[in-house]
Amino acid sequence: MISSLLATPSELTDTASSKCAIVLMTRIRLARNLAGQSFPGWARAAQRLAVLETCRAAVAATTPMKRAANVTVEELSDLNKQMLVERHLISRELSGSAAGSGVVINKDQTLSVMINEEDHLRIQVLRAGFQLKKSWAAINELDGELEDRLDYAFSPTLGYLTACPTNLGTGMRASAMMHLPALVISNHMEKVVRAVNQLGMVVRGLFGEGSDASGSIFQISNQTTLGESEEAILRCLGNVLQTIIEHEMNARARLLETDAGKLFDKIGRAYGILQNSHLLSSGEAMNLLSLLRLGIDLGVFPDDTRAVIDRLFIETQPGHIRHSAPHDLDAAARDLLRAERLRTEFAAFSRPNFILSGRN
Amino acid sequence: MASPLKCDLCSKPATVHLTQIVDNKVHKVDLCEACAQAKGVTDPSGFSLADLLHKASLNPEPAGGMRCEQCGFTQGDFKKQGRFGCPQCYEAFRAILDPMLENMHKGTVHAGKVPQKALARKSLHDRLTALETNLDEAIKSERYEDAARYRDEIHQVKQVAEEPGKAAP
Ligand SMILES: [Zn+2]
Ligand SMILES: [Zn+2]
Repeated sequence: MISSLLATPSELTDTASSKCAIVLMTRIRLARNLAGQSFPGWARAAQRLAVLETCRAAVAATTPMKRAANVTVEELSDLNKQMLVERHLISRELSGSAAGSGVVINKDQTLSVMINEEDHLRIQVLRAGFQLKKSWAAINELDGELEDRLDYAFSPTLGYLTACPTNLGTGMRASAMMHLPALVISNHMEKVVRAVNQLGMVVRGLFGEGSDASGSIFQISNQTTLGESEEAILRCLGNVLQTIIEHEMNARARLLETDAGKLFDKIGRAYGILQNSHLLSSGEAMNLLSLLRLGIDLGVFPDDTRAVIDRLFIETQPGHIRHSAPHDLDAAARDLLRAERLRTEFAAFSRPNFILSGRN
Repeated sequence: MASPLKCDLCSKPATVHLTQIVDNKVHKVDLCEACAQAKGVTDPSGFSLADLLHKASLNPEPAGGMRCEQCGFTQGDFKKQGRFGCPQCYEAFRAILDPMLENMHKGTVHAGKVPQKALARKSLHDRLTALETNLDEAIKSERYEDAARYRDEIHQVKQVAEEPGKAAP
């Protein structure tokens, strides 16, 4: 079930949906628990299994999860787990969890429900582009259907009760994955992080806290969950994201005005390396792809090639590279294969055109 | 540095330094490699500075005597894990919870979505349980008129429960 899912492109690698220049994807996650049941980290093995079965059945019965992949973590190979993490469909915590955890993922990989991660349920919606409203509508609907079938742990004053008090209240964490190369190149990212923190939002790398910001991709999310409605939190986050988009656009304009030669040199070199190199780590590949994506936004490459880059952001991750090989690979062999895959992709890629017709 | 910073949690030399600003308050946390790992600083979903801060401020702390009757979780467990044992713990640990929530969140009272249907279902269930207890007692003490009345009420409540969308709060 999972292998057929991994063989199909995810929402993020879907060619039709990569239209947004700066926000790569929007994600909302809701933490929910069952009344009267110990949280997964404290529950005994038998309790965990009982909760897993109850939740799997309830999730599978909802309309959006008809014909979804429904698996326990034990059924997943290490490689499959890694690929699901790389697609942002499960967390590292779930992939490392003990018996009695599972995940349900719908066909187009826009919805996933992790069971017995830190909370009994972690419901997630994931959409390409800047889609806070649509994402909220989708997850609210799934949560509503689950509420018909499960007795949530809820307090009128404290809201949804979660294992960690930092998720209490709405249990909602909304985030956007943003591509901010100009802010990084012009050394403004630190200032942006500080300003965003001041507004009560958190900035992390692509794969969360502790991961580096390779590819100039950052995750911005709300920090607090209690005391405000979901709509208020999303409105606030939306405003912050809009402001960051403006700053990134300004930084791009400034780079073009003051140092276009240097910027084009970076993009041109990235193109050359992607076409000709024989060893590429995933971090370096991310950085090169990031420069090409910036080139696309600036009109150096045609607009419809953005989808190729977004697909490669995922497909050049270590798990995806290993999956594309017939047998297990060590890191060095992966770097060889990654470079080979990228050479093939970029042999047919449009040549850069540095004479800009219109700046955007 | 002449005197290296100590880990806020275990006082080994700190190698991980974090700063976050929430509501104009600067929070700084210094951690050793082991504690940073243990607290999920490298984990995308598990880490929260506010949570850490709370534990840092509690450390060292006199032995807490609170315990959740439902799941057996103790205040010491909370100090170690930063997470609760079960939903009922929020009642059991109310005394230490309130000051913590003030530091952690924008407010201390839920202002978001409410699972209306689940709450309605629960209140119906509670009413049925109460009526069934009343019925048992009435039968035991041979108050048959009362028993008949309770039986009718139970019947009514069950009918409401079976009609979707009509569940009375
Ligand atoms: Zn330590
Ligand atoms: Zn408890």
